[in-house]
Amino acid sequence: MCKKAFIKTLPVLAAYVVLGMGFGILMSNHGYGPGWSVLCSVFIFAGSMQYVTVDLLATAASPLTAALMTLMVNARHLFYGISMVPKYRRMGRAKPYLIFGLTDETYSLLCGEGEIPKDDKTAARYCLLVTAFDQLYWVAGTAAGAALGASVSFNAAGIEFSMTALFVTVFVEQWLAAKERRCALLGLFASLLCLLIFGQSRFLISAMLVIAAVLSAAYAKRGGARA
Amino acid sequence: MQSGVAPVHSNAHAALLIAVIAGVTALLRFLPFLIFRARRGVPAFVTYLGDKLPCAIIGMLIIYCLRTVTFTAAANWAPSAIAVAAVVALHVWRRNTLLSIAGGTALYMVLVQLVF
Repeated sequence: MCKKAFIKTLPVLAAYVVLGMGFGILMSNHGYGPGWSVLCSVFIFAGSMQYVTVDLLATAASPLTAALMTLMVNARHLFYGISMVPKYRRMGRAKPYLIFGLTDETYSLLCGEGEIPKDDKTAARYCLLVTAFDQLYWVAGTAAGAALGASVSFNAAGIEFSMTALFVTVFVEQWLAAKERRCALLGLFASLLCLLIFGQSRFLISAMLVIAAVLSAAYAKRGGARA
Repeated sequence: MQSGVAPVHSNAHAALLIAVIAGVTALLRFLPFLIFRARRGVPAFVTYLGDKLPCAIIGMLIIYCLRTVTFTAAANWAPSAIAVAAVVALHVWRRNTLLSIAGGTALYMVLVQLVF
């Protein structure tokens, strides 16, 4: 069981150590040591949001800005949750942690048909192992990056591109799988348009609204339930 | 980039921001489970959004990452453009997530540190 979960999470191990280190290094470069980085990775545990957190900390953003930014960047987690409601119904005491740790990557490992064992006890144990392994990689990567970032000899300029690279990779992966290509283009071009109109500091909310509006219109046009 | 700079802002404010971000993130993750606990099904429109939104959000996040790119000088856009192209090419070629991320990031770091 433990071995099965470990093998399943190997791709996440690789990605999380790289991205976690990127986050740790970035935090160090802004003057926040390993303690702060690990604190974020333990309690926030949301990759892209933690990169945004570095900006928010560095600019001493207001709590309201931080809350709104989190809502925008992490709104997609609402939808991961919605699709896991039936699957996580039988998870017992592990359920709160499984929900807390439902990152993009953990979701991608557990959301598929037949990914979770049939037997309730085995299912809870398996999901718990996958989620905990993933967070372990993330925290370990963060700690390593934070420790590394404190050494003056390493020039980390540009490491933040790992976040862009992650999203581009996911985008290409979905594109090659021919999954929702029109939605992918909608997200790309609606956001680009809003960026050009509203500027970099305030385009996210309008982009979310445009995307939601277009999807609602498409849903209505297709006659609701069929879609 | 400099290393080991002291934070400009207070620790209390940093802790508050981290608590807010952690709280809102957890709220977003728990909310669907709190709302749909009693009911059997999820409304069809919500299921529809659940299907479509993730793909659109990835496109949005790419634009978000590239929001600071400007076209006033090559150094402001060329590293991002070249590295994004490299990630796409690497991923189409090998479909290895780690390779695509590590390769693209390494190239970007070389470009911003040594070339532009």
